[in-house]
Amino acid sequence: MSARRPYVRSMDGWWRRDPFFVRYMAREATAVLVVAYAVVLLIGLIHLSQGQAAYEGWLYALRSPLAIGFHIVLLAVFMYHTWSWFRIMPKTMPLILPDGKRLSPTLITGAGLAAAAIVCVSLVVAAMKVAA
Amino acid sequence: MKRSNAPIFWSLFGAGGMLSALTGPALVFITGIAVPMAFLVSPDLMSYAHVHAFAQHWFGKACLFVFVSLFLWHGVHRIFHSLHDIGIHTGAVAKLCCYGGALAGTLLAGYALLSIGF
Repeated sequence: MSARRPYVRSMDGWWRRDPFFVRYMAREATAVLVVAYAVVLLIGLIHLSQGQAAYEGWLYALRSPLAIGFHIVLLAVFMYHTWSWFRIMPKTMPLILPDGKRLSPTLITGAGLAAAAIVCVSLVVAAMKVAA
Repeated sequence: MKRSNAPIFWSLFGAGGMLSALTGPALVFITGIAVPMAFLVSPDLMSYAHVHAFAQHWFGKACLFVFVSLFLWHGVHRIFHSLHDIGIHTGAVAKLCCYGGALAGTLLAGYALLSIGF
């Protein structure tokens, strides 16, 4: 008598079956690159604490084509993170009922994206003015 | 009844997610593209003198610490909760790798910032 081998449906690639799950997985995957960017900054911070030569070594490394290509990918992923973060915001934020009615999801997403655009443009403009 | 510690990690996840959604694209563009390529910004923007002075100021110190640590806590929490979706059963080891990593990064950032001084 052989041991029973019940049929177990494979779960491989389950999320590829439905565009909703593909979007879900893409959204979750951004976390890996958020961590990667934090690690890049953390390495810079550690080099900064070790003195000028160490810090300038880190800055020099950021100028390599590989590093710039990586940051272009990071930029795309962060923009996707921003977009998806505010897109799911109507479902993730606490329910608020002004006038006893739910806020429209489009309004919540739109307000979040507008806030992100204002913050990002302000940061870049500020960076352009500093040390100019 | 023992109180759950889950709200702490979800709060860190939410705070880091909101912070990175609001500022992330601009930060990546400035530190990773504009400064290294001297594009749109002064190449001096992230000079040792500038960044060191920023890290010595209490506000700059706080910003650097909050950004690095919240990005880490946001990311590891999301990764931890997605492990199941890619067929990895989570246990103490996965928890230690994810949250332990964020904790280590937070402590390293704090140590680096403190050793830079005020």
